[in-house]
Amino acid sequence: MDPDRKRKIRLVVALSVAVLLATALVWTSFNASTEAKSPSELLAATPAGAVDAYGKVVTEETLPDGSREFVIADPEDTSQTVPVEYEGQVPDPFREGRDVIVTGLMVDGTLVAEKDSLITKCPSKFSDEAEDDPNIVIDESL
Amino acid sequence: MEVALIALFVIAAVALFVSIPLRPGAESSKRIEDPEGAELEARKESKYREIRDAELDREQGKLSQADWARADAELRREAIEILREIDALEERK
Amino acid sequence: MSSIDAGFACLIAAFVAFAYGAAASIWGGRNADRRWVDSARRGVYAAAILLTLCVVVLEAAFLRSDFSVALVADHSSTTTPTLYKMTALWGSQGGSILLWAWVLSIASSGVLFATRHKHREVVPWATAVLCGLGIFFTGLMLLAGGANPFDRLSPVPAEGLGLNPLLRHPAMAIHPPMLYSGYVLFSIPFAFAIGALVARRLDTSWIRSTRRFGLLAWIFLSVGILLGAGWSYVELGWGGYWGWDPVENASLMPWLVGTAFLHSIMVQERRGMLKVWNVSLICVTFALSLLGTFLVRSGILQSIHAFGESTVGTPLLVLIALVLAGSTALIISRLGDLRAERRVESMASREAVFLVNNVLLIGLAFIIFYGTFFPLIAEAVTGERSTLAAPWFDRYVTPLAILVVLFTGIGPLLAWRQISAGRALRLFGPPVAFAAVVLVALIAFTDSASEPGALIMFTFAAFALAGLLGEFVRGATAQNALTGDGWALSLGRVVVRNRRRYGGYTVHVGIILAFVSIAASSSFQNTDDVRMLPGDSTTVGDYELTYVRPEAYRDFDEDRLTFGSVVEVRRDGELVETLTPSRNYYSSSSTGTVRSFFEGEATSEVGRSGGAAEDFWTAMRPDLTEPAIENFIATADRRIDEATIPEVLPDPETPGGAEAMRGIAEARSEFQGLAITNLEERFENGEIPVDFRINVNPLVIWIWVGGAIGVIGGLIAAWPTASAKRRRVSDVYAARLAKDLGRA
Repeated sequence: MDPDRKRKIRLVVALSVAVLLATALVWTSFNASTEAKSPSELLAATPAGAVDAYGKVVTEETLPDGSREFVIADPEDTSQTVPVEYEGQVPDPFREGRDVIVTGLMVDGTLVAEKDSLITKCPSKFSDEAEDDPNIVIDESL
Repeated sequence: MEVALIALFVIAAVALFVSIPLRPGAESSKRIEDPEGAELEARKESKYREIRDAELDREQGKLSQADWARADAELRREAIEILREIDALEERK
Repeated sequence: MSSIDAGFACLIAAFVAFAYGAAASIWGGRNADRRWVDSARRGVYAAAILLTLCVVVLEAAFLRSDFSVALVADHSSTTTPTLYKMTALWGSQGGSILLWAWVLSIASSGVLFATRHKHREVVPWATAVLCGLGIFFTGLMLLAGGANPFDRLSPVPAEGLGLNPLLRHPAMAIHPPMLYSGYVLFSIPFAFAIGALVARRLDTSWIRSTRRFGLLAWIFLSVGILLGAGWSYVELGWGGYWGWDPVENASLMPWLVGTAFLHSIMVQERRGMLKVWNVSLICVTFALSLLGTFLVRSGILQSIHAFGESTVGTPLLVLIALVLAGSTALIISRLGDLRAERRVESMASREAVFLVNNVLLIGLAFIIFYGTFFPLIAEAVTGERSTLAAPWFDRYVTPLAILVVLFTGIGPLLAWRQISAGRALRLFGPPVAFAAVVLVALIAFTDSASEPGALIMFTFAAFALAGLLGEFVRGATAQNALTGDGWALSLGRVVVRNRRRYGGYTVHVGIILAFVSIAASSSFQNTDDVRMLPGDSTTVGDYELTYVRPEAYRDFDEDRLTFGSVVEVRRDGELVETLTPSRNYYSSSSTGTVRSFFEGEATSEVGRSGGAAEDFWTAMRPDLTEPAIENFIATADRRIDEATIPEVLPDPETPGGAEAMRGIAEARSEFQGLAITNLEERFENGEIPVDFRINVNPLVIWIWVGGAIGVIGGLIAAWPTASAKRRRVSDVYAARLAKDLGRA
């Protein structure tokens, strides 16, 4: 077999393998993923499987056995809230007022969370704190 | 506007600085290499690196003496070709 | 006139200098007029000087706590330690973009100075690209909202907000400039690749002039990634070093493709092959570097680092699209000039392995890219945002990572073109045998077989390390045969004489060690979460942890309350170490309530007892939501309010009123202090239960030891050969060849 033909075959094989693997990747990703849902969406329709619920913590309390119960509100409509039952590692920044993502199943209107799935967002490094204070005027004029 | 005044002053200084090569009689980069010469130099260095690598590979036992001798001879032949081209370029100038 | 005004003026002038540089270099390139190219280069020098002045001005403002500057007020305070005052500059949007632009200007000045007499046809276009990037980043600061580091505040606040306590760690202080330097330095080979494509000068000269910048970029990026992972491990109460978070992935992707690029250019330098690969790889690496910068500030992906929407997100995205579209168009139009000079002759050659290596690393980058952006892809396809969690990444990254380790061992054992028949056994035999022995030993003496992925990784790593050791030994032996100097000296000499090769081997050793420890620490970790009161004990793995006693104290300088613990770690009944994990609470405001202490930032001080074999890690978290404690805090706050706030609040506008307000604040502060002291006593009496997280991580320290070895290897490979020495070597060959010429 002349070297050019060998090269072409090698190229075709390599590309086919790549396409096959990419397809497998894409296929399994949709099954492996969890949907992100806001409290409004959770209240509107109970999802079948596990979901990533996200929202702002409104109230929280720790139970005697160490597990947590807290309520998250929809960032867009804070009247829509969902209670969460959670066991496991609680990140340092977690507290009322922080944005969180937690994975779990909806059972009778409460999100029963997967252990250790709580993620709390770090407070924004890039929001301009001074901007939020109405007493301070930012001087951008030359 | 203070900032605007300072900025204008600084920009003027920068303009002075960048215009130096543009003045008539400025020493233009005559030492600039010619791209063809540069390409040949690069190929020569690459070829020398290949020769050195082959020697290193032989030292490390990856090439037998016979294989190395053959590769070394071929590489040296190619290097000579490049040196010839460099000479020819020199003559043309 | 204030220095801030001068600084702002310099920023404007830098923008103008870059704009001029772009125009002048394009004009000089199109008309082959060297004077305009020289002028453009001076524009870059000017921008570098001006941006340096901007940095100096702002750092001075931080050092003297000038709170009229918004940046200083938001990220520093009079109580911030000096080191963190200086490093706070890049903790903000405007500051970090300034850093980007500044490093770009310095690096560009460096490369343009070094090539001022070279690459006549390529340099004008490379200069234009670098100036274009300069225009973009200085323009962002001037034109995008909220990104101007020179914004002022009026009225000037009396005190700044201080640095987020999570960032008050040396690793976090230099992590951003390390990462940014990595990203920015990739722009140098990128600019020269574009220049080479435009000018159709696609030999290796563009690579030779920018190779070191690419290597430096890789080194900085590696250090940045290692620091981020290290900080996460020792500072965060989570005990992990990598979470496949989008921001983490954003720095890993350019690292992977950059690694492929650095290997691949070696092939083009020696064999004239993989030209299309190389220009494509550097364009993708740079695009990913920009993407990395973008992801951190865009808010488009849910991430624990997601810093929220910002105004620079969209322009960055446009730049990335421009870079990708422009490079693709250029590469396709120059495909003819990019044809390889040779073909891969044998699969058992270094070139073939490097090609496989390219594919593996690209594959890894693709998987990570896909997983990171999956939420957006899913939203586009199904209308629902879904995320892929860490297990998905682990599942697909692991097999490729294992193959990468295998090939880091195979590559060094091969030669360019091909190794001699029969040599294969001598070269591969011992490492394969060693790996087989290690495999058997692991199965027999450890429970590694329970984690097949890790077991394969260890076996391949053993093969690779043995092979690399063989390379060092063979090289030293050959050198010794030449000079008879003794083994250690020979080893040193052969490394110094062949820095690129042996530096590369050193990097491989470091990478293999890091991968092995990642496999070990993730597959064989022991972990537990336990709630304990003083006197309690628990067992994790081979260790026993006893919560001896609580400790509480206040640091008034830093306005911090610490609830800590003394724990004893035992193994086989023997005391290994006494640790003091603790939790720091920073007061969020000066409202004088007790609760305000626990609504601000809280950080964990981790307790670690580490050795080469494994790391014992623990973090604690007192539970303040116990009903008794909860009641105490609520009651205390109510009593403070009752005691200090009068029926009618005094008017702060009047002098008497302002005085009265101050009096109230002082009284509240005093009561708050008393209540906190009471809480401290309760804690020290053991009334507050504590949740301990305990991890036993095998081999984890080797991630950073391996990383450090890799960085040292990179430095060895980048170390310049004195040009005199280079010329001498060339002259020696020239002399030999001249003899041949004379004979030929």
